[in-house]
Amino acid sequence: MHNLTLAELSKGLREKAFSSLELTEHFLARVNRLDGVYNSFISITDEQALEQARAADRVLANGGGDPLCGIPLAHKDIFCTAGVKTTCGSKMLSNFVPPYNATVVENLHRAGAVVLGKTNMDEFAMGSSNETSYYGLVKNPWAQDCVPGGSSGGSAAAVAAQLAAGATATDTGGSIRQPAALCGLTGLKPTYGRVSRWGMIAFASSLDQAGTLTHTAEDAAMLLQSMAGFDPKDSTSVDQEVPDYLEALRGKITGLKIGIPKEYFGQGLNPGTEQAVRTGIHQLEKLGAKAIEISLPHSHLAVPTYYVIAPAECSANLSRFDGVRYGHRCEDPKDLLDMYRRSRGEGFGNEVKRRILVGTYALSAGFYDAYYRKAQQIRRLIKQDFVDAFKQVDVIAGPTAPSTAFAFGAKKDPVAMYMEDIYTIATNLAGLPGLSIPCGLVENKPVGLQIIGNYFDEGRILNVAHQFQQATDYHQSTPANID
Amino acid sequence: MQWETVIGLEVHVQLSTKSKLFSGSSTAFGAEPNTQASAVDLAMPGTLPVANAEAFRFACLFGLAVNAKINQRSIFERKNYFYPDLPKGYQITQLAEPIVGPGEVHIQLGDGTVKTVRIHHAHLEEDAGKSLHEDSSLIAGQGMSGIDLNRAGTPLIEVVTEPDMRSAEEAVAMAKHLHSIVTALDICDGDMSQGSMRFDVNISVRPKGQNELGTRTETKNLNSFRFMEDAIALEVDRQIDVLESGGKIIQETRLYNGDTRQARSMRSKEESNDYRYFPCPDLLPVVLSDEYIDDLRQQMPELPEAKRQRFMESYGLSPYDANALAADRATAAYFESAAKQCGEPKLAANWIMGDLAAQLNQTETPIQSCPISTEHLAGLIKRIADGTISSKIAKQVFTALWNGEGDVDTIIAERGLKQVSDTGALEKMVDEVIAQSPQQVENYRKADDKKRPKMLGYFVGQIMKASKGQANPQAVNEILLKKLQE
Repeated sequence: MHNLTLAELSKGLREKAFSSLELTEHFLARVNRLDGVYNSFISITDEQALEQARAADRVLANGGGDPLCGIPLAHKDIFCTAGVKTTCGSKMLSNFVPPYNATVVENLHRAGAVVLGKTNMDEFAMGSSNETSYYGLVKNPWAQDCVPGGSSGGSAAAVAAQLAAGATATDTGGSIRQPAALCGLTGLKPTYGRVSRWGMIAFASSLDQAGTLTHTAEDAAMLLQSMAGFDPKDSTSVDQEVPDYLEALRGKITGLKIGIPKEYFGQGLNPGTEQAVRTGIHQLEKLGAKAIEISLPHSHLAVPTYYVIAPAECSANLSRFDGVRYGHRCEDPKDLLDMYRRSRGEGFGNEVKRRILVGTYALSAGFYDAYYRKAQQIRRLIKQDFVDAFKQVDVIAGPTAPSTAFAFGAKKDPVAMYMEDIYTIATNLAGLPGLSIPCGLVENKPVGLQIIGNYFDEGRILNVAHQFQQATDYHQSTPANID
Repeated sequence: MQWETVIGLEVHVQLSTKSKLFSGSSTAFGAEPNTQASAVDLAMPGTLPVANAEAFRFACLFGLAVNAKINQRSIFERKNYFYPDLPKGYQITQLAEPIVGPGEVHIQLGDGTVKTVRIHHAHLEEDAGKSLHEDSSLIAGQGMSGIDLNRAGTPLIEVVTEPDMRSAEEAVAMAKHLHSIVTALDICDGDMSQGSMRFDVNISVRPKGQNELGTRTETKNLNSFRFMEDAIALEVDRQIDVLESGGKIIQETRLYNGDTRQARSMRSKEESNDYRYFPCPDLLPVVLSDEYIDDLRQQMPELPEAKRQRFMESYGLSPYDANALAADRATAAYFESAAKQCGEPKLAANWIMGDLAAQLNQTETPIQSCPISTEHLAGLIKRIADGTISSKIAKQVFTALWNGEGDVDTIIAERGLKQVSDTGALEKMVDEVIAQSPQQVENYRKADDKKRPKMLGYFVGQIMKASKGQANPQAVNEILLKKLQE
């Protein structure tokens, strides 16, 4: 059962091939048996999952239920879950149990999905390898000496190892798409504002967006269908109708214009990765699409711009973790300053501290204009690059990450790690939707093909991905030894 | 040397919206600590602010009331600092693009002159919570501090004036004027004892005639007009002392203590925070349409400035009386109601600002709960005007009305307070007094015209005494003059 897609599971549940309880017990058994190796979960909510499965079976027995009803999923531990510990990968929140659900959690709960547990992640979603988690490394199911990518490494590893049928994730600079690429999955980051951020612990508020990690584009469409929509609790969520994404998958892509940004095939791109990506693009051409070389001239500024804006926002977003109301508080503080210093000093890891420092600096009097304001100006230029490009083409395609999964500890220099997101960051700065789909293996490690769409054009990029997956079987390869 | 004082105000006005600026929690004052704090107010992880439309309406009304430019696009920013009663570690406020742009108001001073004070801008922001230290009865343990987040997120507008005031009197007049505007608009309850309006005063002095401003200090959180006046006087004296003894003013924030009537330095500019403002990414820019603003313009109630003018024109009040009555919405309404019922606006004004105000003050009763209805006060004034009772007797009736002893005519009848105007009865009283005071009569008759009016007072007094105040003083005067000349 664990090797079925969401769509297949949904069908099986409806046809009574298995019950949600059987399915959930099966996945929980796998998690308990195998996750000792991968460490993809921070919390396993087995009792709650079984309860949800029984409830789903009652709904299904009456012939009701949303397509997701009864399907076991996992939530990235960045989404608040009422009554269930939510750590955001940090010691700071090792004791934090929110009294509310994130809107994403609530929407999927309402659809009847079963939650197996909360997945591991880089601390406060800051990282591209899952190595900054307080809860330990996550192993890539394709190569256990390698990282699964990050920050949604736990969600990616859990789905790749078939410990959950699909998972929620978040993407601030590539945190869904890069782990999807490194773990051979379909990872979708929707348009900024498409999915509510309420209850999703903020890293960089103007960039954070919730999305999905699944085996197929069809599965991504199913999940997004339930997750997306306007939320009055999130002022940045957009009040725009949610189209039928499953319907959108079907159309042929004949005549589709695909922009290939020349800047995405320059220095730093691993030759094997490049070849797989070009083969993938060629496959799309075979399906009738037309590849057109385009330019996104400010691409080289995306990473430095991001590493001013994201830290600036996080430096304020993480101020609330002060030991006063919830979260980690140091032992026996001698006064207020001591409490602040030690609670935060002990509660945050090094990457989080580094970004708070960078962000605080970038916003400081005398530096604001040179860093934050300048970064915002460049952000507009980057966005304009895309706006111009989409006058010419329907979607943009290129690599998701510069190379395949790398070994633990291979990128000790923070800047080398930041370059992992060189192809994904610009879409966050522009607020555009993007996804990554598997397009081959290099040395038996997956390569991701990124497809970027215009604003609220999730349907179209899912369509491209789905048509690609109808014609290829890259997405059906699974890691060896996951049983 | 002659010194000139220069004052600018920063006024925090708590808006009386039902819910907070960015959450649905109630803003009511006085609840048990932390019972009006939601997950948003506590800054729980993942929670997000959603702006309260009513707060924008209130801020716009204020802007229109001070003849200001309403910025149709305004943005919220984060002001970063750590303090336990600031749950997010930043305050959401406005800086670069505030909702209310430059404006001006016209305040009336004691001598009747009108002065223009410019408003620099007014912005929307959220209030912080309260820190309760160990002296608070709410804190159980020794050496503990408590945090009450009920107030956290309450909407404020911060009004910043230009440094246009030149004395404590002007500053207080401005403060009172702003108070009268926000209460007239009903956007703030105006209750200063509960912190609904708090004043920060920027003060500097400079040699008279000098254009350049002196170094200023800021005295924070004054919550009464009296404290404000006192704090300004204190600070002006201190600055002049420092300068005259060859010292320099340090730019600093000062704290005034109303109990000890002393101020101390809180922090200097060098110690002040770098707040690292930046636009709040959780909130979109707020864009207001022309129609929205036009609609609000239609909804504007009559403002104190206009009311003052109208009181002068239609009731013939002096500028001073008009200003005093128009400043407070409830007082103005009380006055108008009483004046219309009795047809004697000047008398009504005198009574309301005199005996009634004194009694309300003394018993700390707001005019809204005044035990004397406007109908009763109007009745009293009518009886004075038509000569039924004297002004002196009226005071007795007033007290009886205050104590709820019935309506005016009943009180007058039951107590036999009716003025004696009957000429026969009065003549008899005059004759008796003249007969009993031969010396005074003789003196009066010898005295010249200049001294006589004063001497006449003696006889009037005697007669009033004899009549227990009920004799009609005008009639008594006439009869006396006639008899004394015989």
